Amino acid sequence: MKKILLGLAAAGLGTMLAFGGGAFAEEAAHNAAEPTHFPIKHPEQMKWSFAGPFGTYDKQQLQRGLKIYKEVCSACHSMKLVAFRSLSELGYSEAQVKAFAAEYEVKDGPNAEGEMFTRKAIPADHFPAPFANEQAAAAANNGAAPPDFSLIAKARAVERGFPQFLIDIFWGQYQEGGPDYIHALLTGFGETPPEGMKIPEGTHYNPYFIAAKSLAMAQPLQDGQVTYDDGSPQTLAQYSKDVSAFLMWAAEPHLEDRKKTGFRVMIFLVLFAGLLYVAKRRIWADIEH
Amino acid sequence: MSGGHSSYTPNTGIEKWVDARLPLPRLIYDSFVAYPVPRNLNYAYAFGGILAIMLVAQIITGVVLAMHYAAETGLAFNSVEKIMRDVNSGWLLRYLHSNGASMFFLAVWVHIFRGLYYGSYKAPRELLWILGVIILLLMMATAFMGYVLPWGQMSFWGATVITGFFTAFPIIGDPIQQLLLGGFAVDNPTLNRFFSLHYLLPFMIAGVVILHVWALHVTGQTNPTGIEVKSKTDTVAFTPYATIKDAFALSLFLILFAYFVFYMPNYMGHPDNYIPADSLKTPAHIVPEWYFLPFYAMLRAITFNIGPINSKLGGVLTMFGSIAILFVVPWLDTSKVRSAVYRPWYKLFFWIFVANAIMLGWLGSRPAEGIYTILSQLGTAFYFGFFIIIMPLLGLIETPRRIPNSITEAVLAKTKSGGQPAGVAAAPETKG
Ligand code: HEC
Ligand code: HEM
Repeated sequence: MKKILLGLAAAGLGTMLAFGGGAFAEEAAHNAAEPTHFPIKHPEQMKWSFAGPFGTYDKQQLQRGLKIYKEVCSACHSMKLVAFRSLSELGYSEAQVKAFAAEYEVKDGPNAEGEMFTRKAIPADHFPAPFANEQAAAAANNGAAPPDFSLIAKARAVERGFPQFLIDIFWGQYQEGGPDYIHALLTGFGETPPEGMKIPEGTHYNPYFIAAKSLAMAQPLQDGQVTYDDGSPQTLAQYSKDVSAFLMWAAEPHLEDRKKTGFRVMIFLVLFAGLLYVAKRRIWADIEH
Repeated sequence: MSGGHSSYTPNTGIEKWVDARLPLPRLIYDSFVAYPVPRNLNYAYAFGGILAIMLVAQIITGVVLAMHYAAETGLAFNSVEKIMRDVNSGWLLRYLHSNGASMFFLAVWVHIFRGLYYGSYKAPRELLWILGVIILLLMMATAFMGYVLPWGQMSFWGATVITGFFTAFPIIGDPIQQLLLGGFAVDNPTLNRFFSLHYLLPFMIAGVVILHVWALHVTGQTNPTGIEVKSKTDTVAFTPYATIKDAFALSLFLILFAYFVFYMPNYMGHPDNYIPADSLKTPAHIVPEWYFLPFYAMLRAITFNIGPINSKLGGVLTMFGSIAILFVVPWLDTSKVRSAVYRPWYKLFFWIFVANAIMLGWLGSRPAEGIYTILSQLGTAFYFGFFIIIMPLLGLIETPRRIPNSITEAVLAKTKSGGQPAGVAAAPETKG
């Protein structure tokens, strides 16, 4: 009888082990020329000022990122959920925000005569979109509409895989998959595709692209393309970091507030738990349990 | 609620006046102050109280979110983003509510595993257990519909896939699906009825929780030994003993909850849900929230036809069956001994069951192909085998360990073997 039971138990444990082994085999199997799992390469994990429990945005960096968005990306990518007024969080004065907004034209109306009109944007307006609608955006870009940027840094993250995703919870406290991905994508255009790989016309190979081997966007940034006035290096690597950080801010504007509040809440809860523990010890002191 | 006699004595005039008209203070006193609980409960027993608090937390954050939310396909996504960006502390409300759902499920899984381990479902607690399973079903429906509300890509496609299950049933399937959707595809009517139901169901859960706690107070709690309370020395008063222990456990749970809310608020969510719903773009992998993954894995494990049942219907039946089987667990377990503490073989299989459930969860997040499908099939077989074969069989063939005569005896034996002097058996209030 015992043997039967032991056998059953062993079978159960064996299955468990098979899970692990089989899974690794599955992840490893792929064909270099025609891969089926994307991205082909995992993004490099970068250092971000806003990572970790005490992370804060580097305002200088966000300002540089805004500059890149404005001068390069905004030609194709909208950022509809971000209002100009929130730019004050990047360290701009009210007057600067007003002046920044005034550089954009937005549609408004109808006026008293019933007509739509365009006017200079004010801080309460949101970033206007470069295309009238998604169809127009797709038509101008080889059939693929450039995605809106308001949430892109939270809307993309490459799977970390087992066991990394567990380690991420307490060790890494990793929440920067979005900016890591964008940074990797922007710096990943230069690579040559493996031999035999066919790249569809009008698309560009990028092993970091999350959905396929190539995408409709050509490399948007090159060394020296944008002029920085704070002396930061004008390199692709720097640009990519700055714009990724900026996009993280656009997606999660209250990140600093969240982490600061979190620290206070944690301190309170830990002290509270400690007090409850002491009280519990005293109350139960004369009861064996 | 306890059914027994009441030890409440109103002292002041006001208390007497109220007690003669609506003895609510008496009910509360008898249920949460004087109520006797076994003295040997461990922290696994704290999750019931944690669940009650989480339910209240979800209702409070949910009601406030609903003040800012717009249940209309053109507005829903942006209204949630407005909460995140412009509503005062809106980000906190939303992260509390979304991570709260995950923590609620974490607690309920521990609570259920606790019940399976200590045989909480066995007579006379069958109805208590069944009410628990009803709560679980309501929780699942609530969480599923809540996930649709932000109207992201996973919301939309998750709703499409899950409501699509119903079409697997012959004849009644299509009408049921259309009733759920309010049309032929997930659209505005779907969103509206899901919002309405998502608001309603938590209050139904609260109603069933009252029945659940009522039933609990009739039978009393189990305890790690599985022996029923026999004398007064077996128990302590709910307040202060259970209250302070539960409060401490709750504070630890809240630390974990706060950790996710403030430092990893999007860890348990899917990035695709930050992309507005688009009925023309199917995501590469449609995956449900983590707490549904084991069931999703079992759904997809059925890739073959069984006689007249095609694989799709088979998968759906397997998934529903995996919950439905919990209803009959009290009658599947044939063991005379309640607690796994005295059942070495059951204990072993229980832990394999837990490991298997976690593995199924992981498989649910993998694409349904190759080795993953085979492993899901093995995992599903074990899941059902545990209930249908192991539970009834073990009760008949396993030799349990010797069971102490009473809770008090078990407690004192433990302290003795722990090297501490044993107390006077009859007087727990004096430490020996
Ligand atoms: C000439 C137009 C154009 C410009 C300028 C442009 N992009 Fe794009 N971008 C696109 C298009 C088109 C896509 C969609 C690609 C696809 O889905 O195949 C895209 C997609 C993306 C994506 C999403 C990739 C994914 O995972 O789906 C990111 C991130 C991105 N661009 C970043 C940037 C950044 C940062 C800039 C500015 C430095 C920028 N783009 C400038 C056209 C542009
Ligand atoms: C909203 C969800 C739920 C709430 C608020 C809730 C609340 C509680 C509370 C307060 C207790 C007493 C404390 C304890 O023993 O842990 C309890 C006990 C119990 N619950 Fe639940 N519960 C919920 C869901 C469930 C579910 C889903 C099940 C099982 C399928 C379940 C099964 C039980 C059982 C069997 C007991 C008796 C425990 C024992 O004495 O052994 N409960 N519940």
